[in-house]
Amino acid sequence: MNEALWALGRGTGVVALVVFTLSIVLGILSRSGRPVAGLGRFGLNEVHRTAALTGVGLIAVHVGSLFLDPYAQLHLVDAVVPFLGSFRPLWQGLGTLAVDLLAVVTVVSLLRRWVGPRIFRAVHWLTYALWPVAMLHALGNGTDAWSLWMDTVAVLCTGAVAAAVTWRLLPSYAERGRSRIARVVTR
Amino acid sequence: MRIHVDWTRCDGHGACAELLPELLTTDDWGFPLVTGDERDPQVTVSLAGHARRAVKACPLQALRLVD
Amino acid sequence: MSTLLTSTDRLLGPAPEYPLPHLEAPELIRLVEEAGLTGRGGGGFPTARKLASVAGHLPVVVGNAMEGEPLSAKDALLLARSPGLVVDGLSLVGAALGAKRLVLALGPRIPAEPVQLAARGTRVEVRLLPGGFVAGQESALVNLLDGRPGVPSDPRVPVFHRGVDGRPTLVLNAETLAQLALIARNGAAWFRAVGTPSDPGTFLATISATGPTTLRHPGVLEIARGLPLRSALRTAGADLDRVTGVLVGGYHGAWVPPDADVLLTVDDLARFRASPGAGVLLVLDRDTCPLAHAATIARYLAGQSARQCGPCVNGMPLLADALARLASPGTATTVTEVERLRGLVDGRGACAHPDGTARFVASTMQVFAAHVQQHLEGACDADPR
Repeated sequence: MNEALWALGRGTGVVALVVFTLSIVLGILSRSGRPVAGLGRFGLNEVHRTAALTGVGLIAVHVGSLFLDPYAQLHLVDAVVPFLGSFRPLWQGLGTLAVDLLAVVTVVSLLRRWVGPRIFRAVHWLTYALWPVAMLHALGNGTDAWSLWMDTVAVLCTGAVAAAVTWRLLPSYAERGRSRIARVVTR
Repeated sequence: MRIHVDWTRCDGHGACAELLPELLTTDDWGFPLVTGDERDPQVTVSLAGHARRAVKACPLQALRLVD
Repeated sequence: MSTLLTSTDRLLGPAPEYPLPHLEAPELIRLVEEAGLTGRGGGGFPTARKLASVAGHLPVVVGNAMEGEPLSAKDALLLARSPGLVVDGLSLVGAALGAKRLVLALGPRIPAEPVQLAARGTRVEVRLLPGGFVAGQESALVNLLDGRPGVPSDPRVPVFHRGVDGRPTLVLNAETLAQLALIARNGAAWFRAVGTPSDPGTFLATISATGPTTLRHPGVLEIARGLPLRSALRTAGADLDRVTGVLVGGYHGAWVPPDADVLLTVDDLARFRASPGAGVLLVLDRDTCPLAHAATIARYLAGQSARQCGPCVNGMPLLADALARLASPGTATTVTEVERLRGLVDGRGACAHPDGTARFVASTMQVFAAHVQQHLEGACDADPR
């Protein structure tokens, strides 16, 4: 039973990392204004959103399973306050930090209609911090960090996000060069 | 019911024109362009569902149903 | 600029000697409705309806003297000559409506000192503000007064619902306020003694020309509504033989052909899709190419975009480019392209800046259609020396 919980915790963590990678890449792609064959611009947004929410669900299972696992020796406070745990406090603390960031981004995104686009967008920038923190946590804390398959997943995910971010910084990023506005105000 | 674009928010993502082609297309720069003559086009009952979906899909919340 | 005084010199004359009466809101609204005063800042909206829209809501009242239109100089002259009247107008409206605050917003071209002097001892706060072409737009002015960037907001929530300090806000042009101060003292009948029954009273017109010899007395003139345009031009010393068109209403206005028998009223100018607006009259000299001049204006207007709305940011410079190409005879462009770009900006912004520019360009293409044809054939009969 404990073995199963441990496997569930690890498994959901790794899969969450993969769907978050997908979500962040699609988010960047969508921001460019380009349609993707078959999906369209609105479809891209929906897949971005679905991937992110799937990741949130996986993380809930990931955290929950580790609480139930006696070997992990987690206390409730470790889910919220980072760097307190007895086992690899730094790496596990990064995981807690990622959960905190994820909670903020998720809640604000779900309340987008009420908080308005300015706060939504400002908070959404946190995902650029969230993703690397989560990746470091996976590599540092994870039992599988030095296995070939985990390394392959990590390299592929990092490559995908790095490529998307680099592309975003290129002048050719936006579909229509003139359409993006350096605004006086964004409300 | 009419559809209204808040131009101070719109950044030309183009999702609305894909979801509501009966009323909106895009201009040279990707911003929504009303296909008819009205500034805020009337949304017929049969299009109301599509219009609501377009409003929800706007990443910048620049689209609104008014009246 | 020199100033022309006429027999209808009400706004720029000596200050009234008798004190301002106190009026309650219903009395003031009824009086203004009888007088038939309309806004003198450009919109031309009935002032009584604007007063009624905020009555009972303890509004903030803002006197608008931003005067962003480069061709207009009337608010600057009014506030230099008769700052007391404008302050009186604000005090009158403020007392009637129980206003929370009274603010007089001065653009960079308005002389501040006489206004500050006139406002001393009153509830009127004088604010000196930076300004461009759109800074006088109601929501832009409200944003500026509240410490935000002075750019227009989406019109979904009008300032008379939520404006300065989040309160219902009434924005009235400086000249409108001065007219109110006179109407309160002299009555509605006095106001209606000049002008036409449907468009009564006087207004301040700023008259200028594109050529140095066209107009002997450029400047600000108080004239009655209903005066024929040609009489106004003659009063300003225009050499009518040299005039090839008159731009009425400023950069967002429309052209009137020089031979048109048109009265300076809302109804009559509407025949040319023009309106008295803020009283700007620009006389086009026969040596000035109308297309070249229109292209310069379109370029200026493109540069005055608040840079918020996509169609304005992207479309206005291209529209100015297309007009400029049309203005250089022999350069390939088409009337269709100008029309297409005009259609792409018209009605597609948070404020009326693109709409006004579209109106101006449409009027240019229509009134100077023959001249456009010349340009398409590689010629231009305007002969600047």
